[in-house]
Amino acid sequence: MYMIVVGGGRVGYYLTRALLDEGHEVLVIEQNATYCDVINDELGSVCLRGDGCEAATLAQAGTDRADMLIAVTGDDEDNLVACQVAKHKFNVPRTIARIRNPQNEVIFKKLGIDVTVSSTNIILESIEEKVPTHPLTHLLAIEEEGEEIVEIKIPPDSPAVGKTVRQLALPKESKLALVIRKGGKNRVPTLNTIIRADDRIIAITTPESEEALRTTLRGA
Amino acid sequence: MKVIIMGCGRVGARLAGLLGVDGHSVTVVDNNPNSFRRLPPGFNGTALEGNGIDQEVLKKAGIEEADIFVAVTQGDNRNVMAAQIARHIFNVPRSMCRIYDPLRQELYNTLGLETIGPTTVFAQLLRELIES
Repeated sequence: MYMIVVGGGRVGYYLTRALLDEGHEVLVIEQNATYCDVINDELGSVCLRGDGCEAATLAQAGTDRADMLIAVTGDDEDNLVACQVAKHKFNVPRTIARIRNPQNEVIFKKLGIDVTVSSTNIILESIEEKVPTHPLTHLLAIEEEGEEIVEIKIPPDSPAVGKTVRQLALPKESKLALVIRKGGKNRVPTLNTIIRADDRIIAITTPESEEALRTTLRGA
Repeated sequence: MKVIIMGCGRVGARLAGLLGVDGHSVTVVDNNPNSFRRLPPGFNGTALEGNGIDQEVLKKAGIEEADIFVAVTQGDNRNVMAAQIARHIFNVPRSMCRIYDPLRQELYNTLGLETIGPTTVFAQLLRELIES
């Protein structure tokens, strides 16, 4: 495949090296002469000096026959424009943009960029994957009463799913205070409230009955 | 009308002053507070420090109620991105931006942005002056 990489900084350099190793035809577009020289010296003559957001430069790079354009400069706005020019002027089938501000993910999708890569989000996701979120989070301790307020997320395989609060064998020191439901209204549960998967429950409990509460709501 | 101007350079500051005098409600956004010195004395609008391609900053500037958004920073790409955010995310009725590069201007015109290309305009103006 013919791939154009816009931006020859550190990300662009290592990306290009990896793509070349995989046997792709790669061209890097970089404005900084020093960066260009380093890439051309170390990776072979694969760097074109110029502004990758400019249609003239992209034409020179043969963008009309590119299968993919990957914009990895350090500026979100430059990556957006490089991808848009490639897409709308040169009909590049796939455009990929690196983004710094995770909020821009939505904007870029809406503006027609095929794929966005946010390093911030990738790091966040892998943290969540590697470090399982706590089954029970302590929110607040009410020290005088010896009670605490906790949050519990209901997993889809929990025995509590589909049951009413009445049917749950809650430890008597524990009270459910609030049910937070995605897309629905947050509600103060009554005995007839049905627990659903992915509900987040705010409960008042004691340190002693915390374990029993966790087992009732999440399973053993 | 409520107008948001991104970029308080010579053009942005002057436009802000003119529109303020005409009685419009003007907010100028610039990430360098030092730029606000260009605003005319007696400017009655709002000057907000922040990056105009950041949604939170734009919300703070009141983009949800804005009638017109104008992007006139030095960077073509920043202008293009901000104008598209205004148009497509916040549905501002009129979103205008300055683009120096004529090719980029042509492209974004066809993509539905209201663009102004000083390069083209100025070259034409000079030609008319020379040939008349």
